[in-house]
Amino acid sequence: MTALPIEPVPSPADDTERPRGPTWRLRRGINTGDRVYRAILTMLALALPLLLVTLVGQLLVSAWPSIRRFGFHFLWSSVWDPVAGVFGAAPMIFGTLVSSLLALVIAVPLALGVAIYLTEFAPKWLRAPVAFLVELLAAIPSVVYGLWGVFVLIPFLRGYVVPPLRAVLGWTPFVSGVFYGNSLLAGAIILAIMIVPYIAAVSREILLAVPATQREAALAMGATRWEAVWTTVVPYGRTGLMGAVILGLGRALGETMAVTMLIGNRHDIGLSVLQPAYTMAAAIANEFSEATTSLYLSALFEVGLLLFLVTVLVNAFARLLIWRVARGTAVGSRAL
Amino acid sequence: MAPPADALTTLEAVRVTALYGRRAVVKDVSVRFAERTVTAVIGPSGCGKSTFLRCLNRMHELSEGGWVTGKVLLDGHDIYDTDVDPVQLRRRIGMVFQRPTPFPTMSIYDNVAAGLRVNGRRSRSELDEVVERALRQAALWDEVKDRLRANALSLSGGQQQRLCVARTLAPEPEVVLLDEPTASLDPGGTQRIEELCHELKTRYTIVIVTHNLQQAARVSDYTGFFYLGELVEMGRTEELFTKPAKEQTEAYITGRFG
Amino acid sequence: MNARRLRRRLVSGLMTSLVGLLSFLAVLALVLILAHLVAKGASSLDWSFFTKNPVPAGQAGGGVANAIVGTAIIVGVAALIGLPVGIGTGLYLAEYGSGRLGWTVRFLADVLNGTPSIVVGIFAWTWLVKPMGHFSALAGSVSLGVLMVPMIARTSEEMVRLVPHSLREAALALGYPRWRTSLRIVARTALAGIVTGCLVGVARIAGETAPLLFTALGNLNFSTSIGEPMQTLSLQIYAYATGPFEEWHRLAWAAALVLMGLVLLLALVARWAIRQRHGATR
Repeated sequence: MTALPIEPVPSPADDTERPRGPTWRLRRGINTGDRVYRAILTMLALALPLLLVTLVGQLLVSAWPSIRRFGFHFLWSSVWDPVAGVFGAAPMIFGTLVSSLLALVIAVPLALGVAIYLTEFAPKWLRAPVAFLVELLAAIPSVVYGLWGVFVLIPFLRGYVVPPLRAVLGWTPFVSGVFYGNSLLAGAIILAIMIVPYIAAVSREILLAVPATQREAALAMGATRWEAVWTTVVPYGRTGLMGAVILGLGRALGETMAVTMLIGNRHDIGLSVLQPAYTMAAAIANEFSEATTSLYLSALFEVGLLLFLVTVLVNAFARLLIWRVARGTAVGSRAL
Repeated sequence: MAPPADALTTLEAVRVTALYGRRAVVKDVSVRFAERTVTAVIGPSGCGKSTFLRCLNRMHELSEGGWVTGKVLLDGHDIYDTDVDPVQLRRRIGMVFQRPTPFPTMSIYDNVAAGLRVNGRRSRSELDEVVERALRQAALWDEVKDRLRANALSLSGGQQQRLCVARTLAPEPEVVLLDEPTASLDPGGTQRIEELCHELKTRYTIVIVTHNLQQAARVSDYTGFFYLGELVEMGRTEELFTKPAKEQTEAYITGRFG
Repeated sequence: MNARRLRRRLVSGLMTSLVGLLSFLAVLALVLILAHLVAKGASSLDWSFFTKNPVPAGQAGGGVANAIVGTAIIVGVAALIGLPVGIGTGLYLAEYGSGRLGWTVRFLADVLNGTPSIVVGIFAWTWLVKPMGHFSALAGSVSLGVLMVPMIARTSEEMVRLVPHSLREAALALGYPRWRTSLRIVARTALAGIVTGCLVGVARIAGETAPLLFTALGNLNFSTSIGEPMQTLSLQIYAYATGPFEEWHRLAWAAALVLMGLVLLLALVARWAIRQRHGATR
């Protein structure tokens, strides 16, 4: 079949016979438009995998001198001596984990409470405004949290929280020593406030995805409202909620500014929450500009690599849990 | 199958089979559509009539896993030939869908002109003329002539569907395919579309898929009955409805199954 | 009503109140923070605050003009980098993303969304600051742009996916080639949602500090040069809040109020944009 261009059919003057015109053929369009479009989009999309590979690769390369020098010792040595050129990240790792976990303990009940309240119990007119306000919490920049933490939270803790805490738990090693303000406790609390909106937003999306029939079936059997929610809706969304919590953990692990302003920035492992501590992110923020030797810098890069790997693993795990429930939808990516 | 051999043919399906992966949903269908007639395609849900329709303008292959064997001849040329550009083809065969789908970011005018603009025709006077003609053909001109710039979504459901008809007619295709066009309309809207079919068949060849037997009887010259992917019977509408040749056809038409 | 039923009713009522209380506490935290911002910062917001640069340490007065302009420039350039890549990735995922590359990219975007921003900062330091030999606003913009991409990609994809399939089909049946359908019909219909996602992304990076610490560094003087260190509101707040002077603390609150105002404004515009779109449809 030979290829000829299409002849446009002229519209007739009146409503009768439409002229047939010459035999009508089709031409193979050189669909360049489609191919170019796909090529451009694919190239742009490749940026992300490329970025990941480059990021990990470069962190590895920069951290290599430190990795080679200290090996696994890096992970459990507490000695961080830039002058002597000996680096051990155990206090930071400890501080990161403890502050994040403590933050979770405080944040999870709050966040889940908000999510459950907003999806199940709040009157309709209240839902959108409260949800908006909680979202707004997520929009507050980390450094503003830090500012508020330093000048409002810490004095508050010093005046109204630490004394009762000491009264009740002062006999344990967890609440001992002098409270200077900047402490593990302050860091954990500010982290908790920061991750509440994040966990709440994702939890809410998970709970909203639970079919209404679940709750209705329980109510039809005579359960009270709370029982219906607690025994059917929450367990149904259990996997997703766990994912939300772990996402919050991932967020907390990587938080930098507010933490470094409140936690005390001291290379120390201690059991007391009243003492200063350190996190990996805070250490990098504080010391990167002051790293005088290349080994020092390399050690910090190693800390960065560790932090990156830990958060990636935690986030990947959380996403897997959420994907099992939400099937690939971008749950939580709109939460700021 | 009884295609009237004496009429001029524009569109012919020759042993068309449509599949999803390895599952055939349209099996070995051959039918001729006479020029400037209305052919209705009827059959129970899931019998493949919509899928068959989409084979006629190469839309089926756009579905996940969809592919077609056989030939569809438009004026003697197989549209599935390797040197045929499906995009160009779809400008010659128009389709109106079940739900009205006006482009939401465009005005009424721009919706109708869309098919022309994508073809490269841009001259203002030409577009004005064509838009008016298409809207008149779709029996919508009087209702919208004063607000051509309004957003297309400001129209009612029935008006939106007529807008889609106008949009399909504007580039003057040879064939117009209608896939249950009145399924989501109220009786008033349905009636307008059916009247349209009568008016349009003087200029276009129309194939209409419908669930509604009475509609098929009202509107079409020829009717084809599909069942489980096969074309069971095809003939002049009055004959098919009053004296169906196959038992299955009769069973469906008399409502013994549906 | 027997005792057991009564107890269950009580528990239900109690728990309902409890979750209500927890929500109240969460909102209370927000209210407290915003209230303090306003209380401590509003009084410092005068004309000179917005138009002057910082004054030498210990002196009174001065403003954050350089920081405001710096924030605008760095965020603007970051958006120039991050938005095209992000939206393009989102369009790719929506249009061609059902294959293996698509799922990989999607998963990576979700995972990279949670990367600590400080890690991106030291990454940008290695690639831009070190070779260039000095800190620069460009390096800061690049790190912020990189942070934006996964965010924007996922929200763009989601918005495009919301466009009904029937619309795409109608365009294809009319003879629109695939690329034109994707752009002119589908993406255009999803535009309001995409813009909202972009505004939210911009609001998020406007508040970032960590990645700028070793890239843009900060600058006490007024600068609009991308190749030089630049100040942003977030950096300014950090410097002032951790400094020893009362005066600095006062200015930090005011700057925080301005930054929060900016973020709030962007968030509200984003919401307005999406409501506009829904108002236009029937």
